[in-house]
Amino acid sequence: MSAPGEGPHGVGIDMARLQLQFEVDQLNAAYAAALDDKRFDDWPAFFLEDAQYKVQARENFDRGLPLALIALESRGMMKDRVYGITQTIYHGPYYMRHVLSPAQVWDGAEAGTFKAQAHYAVFRTRPGGVSEVYCVGRYIDELVRTADGLRLRSRLCVYDSEMILNSLIYPI
Amino acid sequence: MHGPAMGPRLRGDMNAPQTLSRWSGGGSSRVPFWAYTDPQLYQRELEKVFHGAHWCYVGLAIEIPNTGDYKLSWVGERQVIMVRDRVAPKDRGTDTGIRVVENRCAHRGVRFCQQQHGNARSFVCPYHQWTYKLNGELAGLPFKDGVKDGECVNGGMPEGFDLKDHGLTRLRVAVLHGLVFATFSVDTEPLEDYLGPNLMPWLDRIFKGRQLTLLGYNRQRIPGNWKLMMENIKDPYHPGLLHTWFVTFGLWRADQKSRMVMDGQGRHAVMISRRNEGGENKTVTEGVTSFKANMTLHDDRLLDVVPEPWWTVPDPSVPGASITPTVTMITLFPSLIIQQQVNSLSTRHIVPRGEGEFDFVWTHFGFADDTPEMTRRRLRQANLFGPAGFVSADDGEVIEFSQDGFRQGGEGGSTLCELGGTGTEMTEHMVTETLIRSMYAYWKKVMAV
Repeated sequence: MSAPGEGPHGVGIDMARLQLQFEVDQLNAAYAAALDDKRFDDWPAFFLEDAQYKVQARENFDRGLPLALIALESRGMMKDRVYGITQTIYHGPYYMRHVLSPAQVWDGAEAGTFKAQAHYAVFRTRPGGVSEVYCVGRYIDELVRTADGLRLRSRLCVYDSEMILNSLIYPI
Repeated sequence: MHGPAMGPRLRGDMNAPQTLSRWSGGGSSRVPFWAYTDPQLYQRELEKVFHGAHWCYVGLAIEIPNTGDYKLSWVGERQVIMVRDRVAPKDRGTDTGIRVVENRCAHRGVRFCQQQHGNARSFVCPYHQWTYKLNGELAGLPFKDGVKDGECVNGGMPEGFDLKDHGLTRLRVAVLHGLVFATFSVDTEPLEDYLGPNLMPWLDRIFKGRQLTLLGYNRQRIPGNWKLMMENIKDPYHPGLLHTWFVTFGLWRADQKSRMVMDGQGRHAVMISRRNEGGENKTVTEGVTSFKANMTLHDDRLLDVVPEPWWTVPDPSVPGASITPTVTMITLFPSLIIQQQVNSLSTRHIVPRGEGEFDFVWTHFGFADDTPEMTRRRLRQANLFGPAGFVSADDGEVIEFSQDGFRQGGEGGSTLCELGGTGTEMTEHMVTETLIRSMYAYWKKVMAV
């Protein structure tokens, strides 16, 4: 596995690494598609049962301040969030469009675990409206290989666009 | 028919001073849409309210703990630097060292400081290296005495140029329990008088004698007039209707024991309440679509409320009795909201940006003696608040849609705030819009509309 910053011309690429890269990118693509298609009930299934999901402003992340915009600590909390966005939080409807970069992937501390990072740009379009740059940042992930494929143990979305355009309802 | 001669009368009317009664009708229970949409009126608000004789919140003292620490903030639309200056040992009992200066060079007007926060020994404008002390005094500038060229001296500042006359704009500063306020005006009354005795016990309850810890920030840009945010937190009517979590889990709803407090001028307020068990109560839940009778959390750590000893205080209006609110929402006119909702604490700073938009900056905090569990609890409950919060995200949304509605209204349109009548008195319940009416009664006076 190559170190951060090493490109394809660094350490030789073996098939296992290519496959892992492919799996992580596919996971991210499926994740983004679920959110952009508003299949929110599918969203918690990308995570382990006790996984962490956070959306945090870059200023807090960089300064080591713990506050996050959204901080969930289990799939249960994620389901509560889904109930919130579909049933309880009043908001103007909008579409999201995630555009993701290929992930950088590294081995985790334990066998079968990985760390990954990918960039995202999310555009917001209100029905009848123009598209706006909504949230720009990066995923900082911990992944675990399970019998069902890769799952997220932790996804931290650190967003550069610190000024939220009014509200952020759906997960990133 | 011989009516009165029209010519002279008409001319008289046209030459008369502009009428001060654009606000038609008495009282303050019908707020005209132009109060939110008129750009010229907004410029006057900046002048009379934000840049005038009012104390505006700029930050928390704990954000700049060390000498030289600074952060950028706003008073109205003027960017300021809140900075901790050096203080001589003999002055440490009386001088907090906290200064607030405008982020605008006295030379050519450059907004010279571009770091959101940091530590500085002095402030230097990059354009011509004018250098200021932390208190805003001009310390020096290049070529003040000209540049020697053999026997002659070229250029230099004119005779009589005095550094003392060219410092940064220095605001008056007042610090109460670690909350930092500033004002551009020499006329603003002392802060404690400005806040008044009715408000003070509720600020004491959260802040007095306590060391705060900074948990972090959330920022949102809301396309609505700034007053709508003040109204939102002076409006105890909406939370049990708009916010499912409040009505369903009994965090804020009309069958709770509540009190609406305001200062002598009706501009500041506290909404005080004590949570109940939630659930069905036909008088407040029947027909309320946001009430979800069977809603339970998959993970109830999101609402793991633990009472804190400081919640209980002597009841300011009942001598000898005590009172234990679970929520106090404090509005300090014009730009600060202080939230205690169960274990979640924040200041919310309103930064106006034109008549139709404001930034809303949330600073969450805890206390230095919090256990790690309490800190985690405060951070979990933060999921309820802010731009993505289970109960606060929808406030920003309805404010945006309010402003959209106002833009459709002509000169004659107005909102209706008459729940509980048209008066501006304090109440022992929350079924009222009295705090909104009292704010506009004050606002009308300040704005002379």
